[in-house]
Amino acid sequence: MSDLSDLYQQVILDHNRRPRNRGKLPTANRVAHGDNPSCGDQCSVYLNLDGDRIQDISFDGSGCAISQASASLMTTQLKGKTAAEAEAMFKDFHEIVTSGKEPEEISDVAAFAGVHAFPARIKCATLGWHAALNALKGDEQPATTESHTD
Amino acid sequence: MPDWKTIRADFPVLHQQVNGKPLVYLDNAATAQKPRSVIEALVNYYERDNSNVHRGLHALSMRATNAYEGARARVAQFINAADPAEIIFTRGTTESINIVARSWSHAHLKPGDVVLTTEMEHHSNLVPWQQAAKASGATLKYVPVLGENAEGGLDLAALDQLLTKDVKLFAFTHISNSLGTINPAKELCRKARAVGAITVIDAAQSIGHMPVDVQDLDCDFLAFSGHKMCGPTGIGVLYGRRALLDKLAPDETGGGMVVTVDYKGATWKPSPERFEAGTPNVADAIALGAACDYLDAVDRAVIAKHSNELGQLAYQKLSEIPGIRLLGPTGERAGLVSFAFKDVHAHDVVTFADEDGLALRGGHHCNQPLMRKLGLTSTTRASFYLYNTAEEIDVLVASMRRIQKFFGSE
Repeated sequence: MSDLSDLYQQVILDHNRRPRNRGKLPTANRVAHGDNPSCGDQCSVYLNLDGDRIQDISFDGSGCAISQASASLMTTQLKGKTAAEAEAMFKDFHEIVTSGKEPEEISDVAAFAGVHAFPARIKCATLGWHAALNALKGDEQPATTESHTD
Repeated sequence: MPDWKTIRADFPVLHQQVNGKPLVYLDNAATAQKPRSVIEALVNYYERDNSNVHRGLHALSMRATNAYEGARARVAQFINAADPAEIIFTRGTTESINIVARSWSHAHLKPGDVVLTTEMEHHSNLVPWQQAAKASGATLKYVPVLGENAEGGLDLAALDQLLTKDVKLFAFTHISNSLGTINPAKELCRKARAVGAITVIDAAQSIGHMPVDVQDLDCDFLAFSGHKMCGPTGIGVLYGRRALLDKLAPDETGGGMVVTVDYKGATWKPSPERFEAGTPNVADAIALGAACDYLDAVDRAVIAKHSNELGQLAYQKLSEIPGIRLLGPTGERAGLVSFAFKDVHAHDVVTFADEDGLALRGGHHCNQPLMRKLGLTSTTRASFYLYNTAEEIDVLVASMRRIQKFFGSE
C-alpha cells in the first residue's frame, strides 16, 4: 500500500478526522464557496480580513478526505498571512501537488506531495485554496473545479 | 451452462494487472468490455470492406451497405422489432432519447399536457424531458421511489394516481444504473397505454443483461447504447414503433435523409433513413451486430441469471461490513450494487480500491436528484457482467473492509 500511504499519510487522515478551524466564522467579512460538482466535494471559506491581513479563517464543507484535509491544513497555514503571502503559498502548494516537489520548509504540506501521483485527485486538494483566493479577491462567483485546468 | 472461464478468455482487456494485482473490472454499468469477435469485426471492416454506404454501385460500397443494413436487421432481431425500419442508429442512449424529446414533443406537447418520468432516472432520461416541458409549456411529473434506501422501487400506487388523461408520454428506466432496481416495464407500458400515453424506455442497463422484446413490452420507443452490451462506443439505437416514426419530423437534416432537394426546400425519406442524416457510423454499427451475435451465443437469459446472482451476492456480503449503507432492492436485483460509508467519501473508496486492482465508480452516477433525496452526495458502485465471478466479489469485499478499517473513527 506504499503509494497510497504516501497519499493518505497520517497528516491527511489526522486533518480529516480532527479538522482545524472548522465551522462558520462569526467575525467573517469575506466568504467564498467552492465545489467540485462531478464528485460532490464542497468547501466554504470564511475570512476575517483586516486590511490585507487574514486575521482569522475557517472552513466548512463536505467531501473526500483529501479535499477536507487540504482545506483544514490551509486554514492553519493562512491564519495571520497577508493576501500576497496567501497567493504565493497557493502557487507553491499547487506546484507541490502537481509535481510532487518537496516543500522548502518542513511542514504538514509535504503530505500532499503524494497527490501528484493521482492526477484525478488534484482538484480535491486545491478546492479549498481556490475558495480562499476567491474570498480574498471578494469574488462573487463561487469557485468550481469544473472549468479549471489544474 | 456456459464455461465462464472460456468466456473470460474471449475478452483481451481482462488479462492485465493493475497496481501489481489482477484487474477486477466491476464498472460495467459505465461501459462493458469487448470480446475479440467484436474487435475483429471493426478491424475486418476497415481492412476489407470500408466504403461509404447509401447504395453506391461499386463492389466495396455494396459490401459496406449490405453489412450496415445487415447490422440493422440483426439489431431488429435482437430486440424482436417487427421491422428493421424501426431501428435507427444513433450515437447512443442519450442521443436516442433527445431525438424523441425534441421531435415528438415539438409536434405533440402543449400547455396542460403532462410528461411523466420517475425519481430514479439517469440524467439522460431526465434533462431532455425537462427541456421538452420548458419548450412546450407542458408539466413534468415524477413517479416517486419508495424507501429510505430506495429499496421499495417505484411507487405503483402513486403511478396509478399520476397516470391521468393529461399524460402524453411516460419515460422510464428499465434497470436503474445506481439502485439495481429492475422495473416492471411491460406493466408500466400497459398502464400508460390505458390512458393514451406513449412510452419511452431507457434500456441502457438492461439491453445486454437480459432478453429485451419490444413487441412483448409493447413500448413506443426504446433507447440503448452499444458500448454497455459489449459493442463499441459511439453507436446506439433508437427503436420506434413504425406508425409513430412515419409521422415524426426529422431531428437532424442533410444528406442521406432527403428524396429531392431544390433551392426552395427538401422532402424526406421514410424511416430509418429520415433519422440518419450524413454518413452513418458504419463500422461501429457492424461491430454492434457482432456484439448481438456474441451475446446471443451465450444466451441473454443465462447472462441475466449470472449477472443478477452476482449483484445479489455482492449486496449480501457487503451488508455484513459495519457502517455500510446499501441502496436499492433487498431481494432480487440487477447485477449492480451502490453503497456508501458514513465516514468515507466515494472518491477515497474508489482510489483505495484501485490499489487492489478493482475498477469501481464513485460519484452521483448521473442521478443527482435521487442522491439528494436519499441524503447522499456520492456513492460507490460495483457493477457486474457475464465475465465477472464470485471470487471477484470476495476481492471487492476484502478491499471494502480494509478501507473501512483504515478510515474508521478511533
